[in-house]
Amino acid sequence: MLILGIDTATTQVSCAVGGHEGVLATTSSTRAKRHAENLTPAIEFTCRQARVELSEIGAIAVDLGPGLFTGLRVGVASAKAMAQALSVPMIGVPSLDLVAFGVRFTPRLIVACLDARRGEVFSAFYRQVPGGIQRLTDHVCQSPDDLESELLAWSEDVLLVGDGALRYREVFEGLRKVEIVGEELAYPNATSLVMLAHAQALREQWVRPWNLEPLYLRKPDAEINWSTRDSS
Amino acid sequence: MTSDPSPSVSRILGIETSCDETAAAVVVDARQVLSSVVSSQIDLHAQFGGVVPEIASRAHVEWLTPVVAQALVEAGIGDDHVDAVAATVGPGLVGALLVGVSAAKALALVWGVPFIAVNHLEAHLYAAFLEEPDLELPLVVLLVSGGHTLLVLMEAPGRYRLLGSTIDDAAGEAFDKVARFLGLGYPGGPAIDAVALHGDPSAIAFPRALPDEPYDFSFSGLKTAVVNYVRKHPDVATEDVAASFQEAVVDVLVTKARRAARELGAKGLCLGGGVAANSQLRERLLDACVADGLHAFLPSRSMCTDNAAMVAAAGWWRYQSDGPSPLDTGAYPNLALPTI
Ligand SMILES: [Zn+2]
Repeated sequence: MLILGIDTATTQVSCAVGGHEGVLATTSSTRAKRHAENLTPAIEFTCRQARVELSEIGAIAVDLGPGLFTGLRVGVASAKAMAQALSVPMIGVPSLDLVAFGVRFTPRLIVACLDARRGEVFSAFYRQVPGGIQRLTDHVCQSPDDLESELLAWSEDVLLVGDGALRYREVFEGLRKVEIVGEELAYPNATSLVMLAHAQALREQWVRPWNLEPLYLRKPDAEINWSTRDSS
Repeated sequence: MTSDPSPSVSRILGIETSCDETAAAVVVDARQVLSSVVSSQIDLHAQFGGVVPEIASRAHVEWLTPVVAQALVEAGIGDDHVDAVAATVGPGLVGALLVGVSAAKALALVWGVPFIAVNHLEAHLYAAFLEEPDLELPLVVLLVSGGHTLLVLMEAPGRYRLLGSTIDDAAGEAFDKVARFLGLGYPGGPAIDAVALHGDPSAIAFPRALPDEPYDFSFSGLKTAVVNYVRKHPDVATEDVAASFQEAVVDVLVTKARRAARELGAKGLCLGGGVAANSQLRERLLDACVADGLHAFLPSRSMCTDNAAMVAAAGWWRYQSDGPSPLDTGAYPNLALPTI
């Protein structure tokens, strides 16, 4: 089965198409932003490079976030519409899983850390398992300092990966057992997405377009203000 | 309105997500509405007294898929029978717009049909023609909602003159703010309309703002006047305040629209936008048109408020003049009405 993967949860816009033979083609622009402008042409281009007709796509995979809300929604809205128009199922994969999957060939504890803006990061802990990775914690949104405290509590060597780790490098680089991964692996990417989605497709772990929900991990601003006002 | 429809693009799926309505519709040749589905988020925003952009964007992501599915089912057509997909690209809330634009481009790509970028204000101008295709031009359109207050002369499809607009608050915004101040709830338009029925519109002489430009509007001073008056007269009946405030807004709107129609030789006057549902505005505009021998057209409430049928209709006309829009189209939150 051919899977089209769409990832726009960070500053990156990325898409890939592939299946059991692996990934056939992928396109990504790391800092171009302009998610809405770039994504549709990128999908068209990637499929053409792979010599795949859209009608041959059997499932749409999408990076569910957490990430930057506006970009994330561009990908999720596009992916849902494509699945709807093609009448195919969807597979959602969290952004932090994708970042961790990219550095899975290590015995160290993997900590994925993406920039959440406003002085916070999204993070989760992982470990390599045969054929992939296993998430050990929930996805959380917290300050870099809180993540640092969490890291200090682990006695193992840690590989810290993601654009959040790079942005708050000064918080983490003093930690003795922590190594920070470079920028080339700091973003989720659609290649990992298609590979992880393909594994889920074999287990028929689908979701229907109208049931797929992004992972925001943060309430909308007005609701945050509202709940503080209520409690005061 | 007459123009040869392109044989290739007849049935258009329209998508609207510029503010707090998630809408999809199928319209044939900008004339025949096969379906028009609107999912309103009013309840989600009511507790905040106004539209919260992030909440609106999230709701669009959740609702757009089922709303599009319902529009296609109600139109009684399969996916493969849509000739083009049109979506509002602006003006509006950027995060909200992006949901509809992204989905529309994706649908167009999969179906292999043109994508058409639509200006939301232009779409409002076409709404009336869906209910009355034979409206004569030139036509003065008074477009009043929570987001816009415009007076437009429509000379032909695609040919508009922007006569005036608000220099501060939109008319609907003034209704929302005054309703909130009076504790009448959200949205303010219907709330004030209902309460005003039991009040005396001449009880309080609120100011009628007259900006320098003959067709411009200003409502922020009126809102301040209401607040000051109520603070000074705490025992005043809320019904009288609501009725007098509404009277002041309607007075200014009708006076300017009427003057524009007369001075520019329009054949008729037409209302659009959410505030066009206001009962007093409808009554007064109708009276003014009868007095001046003008044709008045007051579209139904569902056609005045944001919907996707008007987007599909505007998309059809846009396609006649400009053809398809590129797939790297984004959202344009401050897009202005294309004028001549
Ligand atoms: Zn509108």
